[in-house]
Amino acid sequence: MTHYPPLTNKAVLRSDGRKGIRNVVAVVYLVECAHHVAREVQSAFREQGVHLLGFSGCYPNEYSFRMLRSLCTHPNVGAVLLVSLGCEGFNRKGLLEAIHETGRPADLLVIQQTGGTRSTIQAGRNWVQNAIKELESAPLTSMSMNELVVGTVCGGSDGTSGITANPAIGRAFDRLVTEKASCIFEETGELIGCEQIMVSRAVTPELGEILNDSVAKAARYYSILGHGSFAPGNADGGLTTQEEKSMGAYSKSGSSAISGLIKPGDIPRMGGLYLLDVVPDGDVRFGFPNINDNAEIAELIACGSHVILFATGRGSVVGSAISPVIKVCANPETFRNLPEDMDVNAGRILEGLASLDEVGDEIHHLITRIADGHRTASESLGHQEFVLGYKSFEPIGPTCHPTYQ
Amino acid sequence: MQPAIRLSPTDNILVLARSLNAGEEVLIGGVVHAMNTPLGLGHKIAAHKIAAGEKILKYGAPIGSATAEIQPGEHVHLHNMKSDYLPTFTLDEGHEFHKHA
Repeated sequence: MTHYPPLTNKAVLRSDGRKGIRNVVAVVYLVECAHHVAREVQSAFREQGVHLLGFSGCYPNEYSFRMLRSLCTHPNVGAVLLVSLGCEGFNRKGLLEAIHETGRPADLLVIQQTGGTRSTIQAGRNWVQNAIKELESAPLTSMSMNELVVGTVCGGSDGTSGITANPAIGRAFDRLVTEKASCIFEETGELIGCEQIMVSRAVTPELGEILNDSVAKAARYYSILGHGSFAPGNADGGLTTQEEKSMGAYSKSGSSAISGLIKPGDIPRMGGLYLLDVVPDGDVRFGFPNINDNAEIAELIACGSHVILFATGRGSVVGSAISPVIKVCANPETFRNLPEDMDVNAGRILEGLASLDEVGDEIHHLITRIADGHRTASESLGHQEFVLGYKSFEPIGPTCHPTYQ
Repeated sequence: MQPAIRLSPTDNILVLARSLNAGEEVLIGGVVHAMNTPLGLGHKIAAHKIAAGEKILKYGAPIGSATAEIQPGEHVHLHNMKSDYLPTFTLDEGHEFHKHA
């Protein structure tokens, strides 16, 4: 039996064999009309690791169902309360069954069948109170690096992101991949211009073609929308073009071979580096692929990410429901401006005070502390942003994941 | 520390490692260039003369094309370069959305 480097002794084993580094109770609204009731239930337990997430739309959508199923059965989630209005299109019974199949405590409250707002909030709070008690006695187990999934995203990028935080995350990714962890990078729209370089890193030529196609799809999608993944703040921070932003973003992936392409909700079956294709398949529908950074974070978590490495230059303050977000600040001026919101000061690299390898090691070490229960800046500030929209995807084929047969 | 760094030997731009005031001098290729305007950390300046239409190289990779001739030490940004893929949008003083194509 191969021995992998240990990560933590405080993990929780789930019925599918995956392990969690948190034991969150999730309160989930299944339409915007149930959002208030769900938030009132959750807010009473904010300090006790109860998180709020959900889907606003009333129309059913395969992608959003798959996303919520993946999130409700994520290894960091211990129990789930679903809150439905009663007339929305979401397949609430299907979701409840999928969660029950994993053995997690789960329940469904339908507001129209529970006497309205006030009594549903009360019923929900009673249920969550009991769930918290039940989770307190969950046995803890050891978890190794090969059982860890790490996602990375960048937001509020500027001219420093691609020099400090992103390549430092790349160094951490390189080390994690050698330890057989699964590492996921994403936003094919932010890889426009990098496709040729990326193709040469694919483990098979067929996968290289798939990676190239995914970026071509993103370029086409954003061209039709008339707007790339580029915000005014990016330009204020010294970035001029989409492809310049892309080159900086791409360096988060490090230098390992790319083992596969996955789509939201696909879980890497073995350690390695994966590209998450976030741009919908088929005709352009439903608008921008991801309306903000948190939509990307939710997709990385739906792919099993236990922790998210978030590189920021301008200074994003967000966190997420379900998995901790580590803020790696690229810009030393931003770090001084927003110190409470940042976990790692990668801007030290620009000031000659640290090397890329040193910051990469610091990120790696921080992941082990977070897995042990240490809270990230955004966790301790109570950030739990969550957003989920409409999309449509074709399932991935075997050539997308050639190392696993 | 040198305030403008070259990320790759083939690059024709340098990236500012700290914010510079107007008039502040930077040594580029053995010649001193004074900044015309204040420039923020992370912005780019030309490492040498760049002709209109020439690719702008950063990290050793093309990140767009020059739309005008650019002098050594000059700020390289939306006014003198463009994307070869998608237009860039900016907010002018927070009021108007501007398309740079």
